[in-house]
Amino acid sequence: MPFFVQLAHHFLPETILAVGVMVLILIGAWRGERGFGLVDEMAVGILGLALVAIALSSTPDTSIFDGAYIDDGFSRFMKALTLIGAIVSILLSVDWLQRNGLEKFEYPVLIMLSTLGMLLLISADNLIALYLGLELMSLALYVMAAFARDDGRSSEAGLKYFVLGALSSGMMLYGASLLYGFSGTVSFAGIAAVVSTSAPIGVIFGLVFVLAALAFKMSAAPFHMWTPDVYQGAPTPVTAFFASAAKMAAVAITVRIVITAFPGVKDQWRQIIIFIAIASMLLGSFAAIGQENIKRLMAYSSIGHMGFALIGLAAGDEAGVRGVAIYLTIYLIMTLGTFAAILAMRVEGRYVENVSDLAGLSRTNSWMAFFLAMLMFSLAGVPPLAGFFAKYYVLLAAVDAGLFGLAVIGVLASAVAAYYYLRVVKVMYFDEPAPAFDRAPMALRAVLGASTLALLGFWVYPSPVMDAAAAAAKSLF
Amino acid sequence: MFGFGILSGVTFLPLVGVAFLLTQKGDDEASLRNIRWATLATTLATFALSLVIWSGFDTTSAAFQFVEQKNWLGSGLVYKMGVDGFSMPFVLLTTFLMPFAILSSWDSIQKRVKEYMIAFLVLETLMIGVFCALDIVLFYLFFEGGLIPMFLIIGIWGGKRRVYASFKFFLYTLVGSLLMLVAILAMYGKAGTTDITVLLHTDFPKEMQTWLWLAFFASFAVKVPMWPVHTWLPDAHVEAPTAGSVILAAILLKMGGYGFIRFSLPMFPDASTNFAPLIYALSVIAIVYTSLVALVQEDIKKLIAYSSVAHMGFVTMGLFTLNAQGMQGAIFQMISHGLVSGALFLCVGVIYDRMHTREISAYGGLVNRMPIYAFVFMLFTMANVGLPGTTGFIGEFLSLTGAFQANSWVALIATSGVVLSAAYALYLYRRVIFGVLDKASLKNIADLTPREIAIFTPLVLLTIYYGVQPQAILSATQASVDNLIQTHTALIDAIKLAAAGQ
Repeated sequence: MPFFVQLAHHFLPETILAVGVMVLILIGAWRGERGFGLVDEMAVGILGLALVAIALSSTPDTSIFDGAYIDDGFSRFMKALTLIGAIVSILLSVDWLQRNGLEKFEYPVLIMLSTLGMLLLISADNLIALYLGLELMSLALYVMAAFARDDGRSSEAGLKYFVLGALSSGMMLYGASLLYGFSGTVSFAGIAAVVSTSAPIGVIFGLVFVLAALAFKMSAAPFHMWTPDVYQGAPTPVTAFFASAAKMAAVAITVRIVITAFPGVKDQWRQIIIFIAIASMLLGSFAAIGQENIKRLMAYSSIGHMGFALIGLAAGDEAGVRGVAIYLTIYLIMTLGTFAAILAMRVEGRYVENVSDLAGLSRTNSWMAFFLAMLMFSLAGVPPLAGFFAKYYVLLAAVDAGLFGLAVIGVLASAVAAYYYLRVVKVMYFDEPAPAFDRAPMALRAVLGASTLALLGFWVYPSPVMDAAAAAAKSLF
Repeated sequence: MFGFGILSGVTFLPLVGVAFLLTQKGDDEASLRNIRWATLATTLATFALSLVIWSGFDTTSAAFQFVEQKNWLGSGLVYKMGVDGFSMPFVLLTTFLMPFAILSSWDSIQKRVKEYMIAFLVLETLMIGVFCALDIVLFYLFFEGGLIPMFLIIGIWGGKRRVYASFKFFLYTLVGSLLMLVAILAMYGKAGTTDITVLLHTDFPKEMQTWLWLAFFASFAVKVPMWPVHTWLPDAHVEAPTAGSVILAAILLKMGGYGFIRFSLPMFPDASTNFAPLIYALSVIAIVYTSLVALVQEDIKKLIAYSSVAHMGFVTMGLFTLNAQGMQGAIFQMISHGLVSGALFLCVGVIYDRMHTREISAYGGLVNRMPIYAFVFMLFTMANVGLPGTTGFIGEFLSLTGAFQANSWVALIATSGVVLSAAYALYLYRRVIFGVLDKASLKNIADLTPREIAIFTPLVLLTIYYGVQPQAILSATQASVDNLIQTHTALIDAIKLAAAGQ
């Protein structure tokens, strides 16, 4: 296939983003400080355009760039989620950046660069493309974590994330080199052919290192240590981006690499995934109980949710991957909605982020309290909210695969987790009111309302997500 | 309408009321009145609609009736509703009691009235849904979804320790239900469907039955509640507002019993037979132990809560006797307990609204100033004890008869519970109603208002009517009970035959 045909047919969203980033940098450099508004709006437009390109593309699964890159149903599904996460993150950030004097054009540009990295990561079909995408994503994320450069905690978050991120990149490279050394190829399909029945011990070692690095990126225990500090320290809209788009890409590539490159050693990687899943769920459930800062709470919550999503991967079959895809979709909606609410926590012009600041919200702002309460119940997985269906489908896959122990530990962990989600509801509904929040900007209210409606209405009309997730899972097998 | 049947109508009708309430704004007296009347009208309309269903219900058939089905979610999940002899009485009980719950909150709830009414209407939808669902996942959705409004009702409008009580209620129930969820998934994996009508005829392997039974037991035992996982109930009852206690005692507890009838007994017959001794043991402990605990309570609501646990012990005991008397008695006991304990909590609500205390020692000699109240309270106390002529007698008598056939020791110990229940109930009645009215705060207490009389009249009439005419309820459940027992006996015989043949 000629190079330009490949670009136009199977690399269109990435091309749009790459060209768009360059144009935006030029505009930003030319207009300087005044360029923020225009660049921001254009960034949303370009990301939206990429999303449209994905939605409209209906090409069969195709491998391009000599097998380095794959355009299939799974990658399109995950890319769409990532792009939605990125777009909403930008929408959520505008007001915050303006109020904190950070309306610099680099912000949307960095989000776009990072998103481009995520798209590359999701579609990577060999180890080199994987590393390329991972680093493009991460480097932009490091800078974003430290974006509020006058704030000590933000700088600390950036540095912490960078140091630990560099360590995980090292592990990734070491694992990749082992994989290459023992299998003689970097392509996932090639590795799969080599380890179709049994794997040399070196390959297993390499797989462990690669999975450790990926667990770091999706903040799964025991590689989660950076998460609470970075979530808390980074500017809140950046945290929203970390928690939404970045997770999608990290989980997507984890699913892809174990399913497509290591189908022959399922029993080996399954042990690792089960361990990571259980550790993450338990840690996310228990460690969040004592958290006062709502961003930290969400950090532990996201660790727990990653563990739960991995239950689907542990099942390791089509139903499991479908479960993961559904889980991520619903998790994305819940996360964006929750962060919209967190960004709306502003008292007399000052941003607050403690759970106790929500006290009595049901009386000072009943709609916001209702929305946030529904988000919390959904995060806890209480039916009929969408969060329940997310758990339902991964558990279904696990039980079908005979992983009863994992399923039981999962539900017990989610019962523990319900405690701290309920605590947020309790503070909002049962406690005496704290000072009322300032009126939230339109974008935040719209995101909060839309995400809650999506969660409440999911059970009425779930088929769009269900069908898309099923199609996505099918393309991996 | 849109291919949905009357059961969907009765289930989701309360949500129409919710939609109306959402349009109401303002806190002035006029809009509060609108909100209250609209809620009452919604619950009454729901009750009327359920009566329409009842009038078309064929009591001679054990089959599911008014079945409606829609594809939903794909992957084998369906929206399927239907009622049979087991669920029909509970649907009626739910819709019948809701107007009383609303009426009892008429004056006592003054803050956040709109949210309160919305919570109750949403809860009604979920409760009816539990009894109508014929798809096990749909059942689970309704079953679990009910936690949210009840959590809020206890937590927002409850008493002093409401936060503790609401968390305890939520988390206890959630842990049990989540284990049930895993079992549901395993059943889906085995049977390839979540349709209850198919699952009822699915033969689960013996080993699997044990685990499934235990997982369902975890959920229903908490919900019933059975000793030793009953401790959330006294807390929840004490802290909940009156209407919350009424619904909790009258309907939410019955979901556990209903779950045993709908799932555990028919779907896991082998495990149910094997675990029957466990159930007996827990039931008689509940009956005797919680009756003794009730005897020493200082708080009226707590006393009635413990008596609820004891009475539900009769229910679980009766269900697992797996004979006609025992099961019929257990179901009758659930209906009776729904009426009687609901009414008792309403009785407590009456004096709580006046005095704002539930301490038994704060009362005494009420008969002097509240003769009508004393009569009503006496009637329900007697019904609670199981006096012949009231519903309580029929339920206890039948379940004890059934238990006697199954295991006479169980029946013997359980019968002592009847004596104990008379002891604590009469002791309570004496301390609250009789004696000298010498407390200054009670000197001006007023008797029942017309609204309260209107609440109690139907409950009094029904308690006595079904006490002398139990056939009305028994005949509704008979066909389904007979069917269940026949199927069960046939299955157990087949297993024995197979074991003997080996």
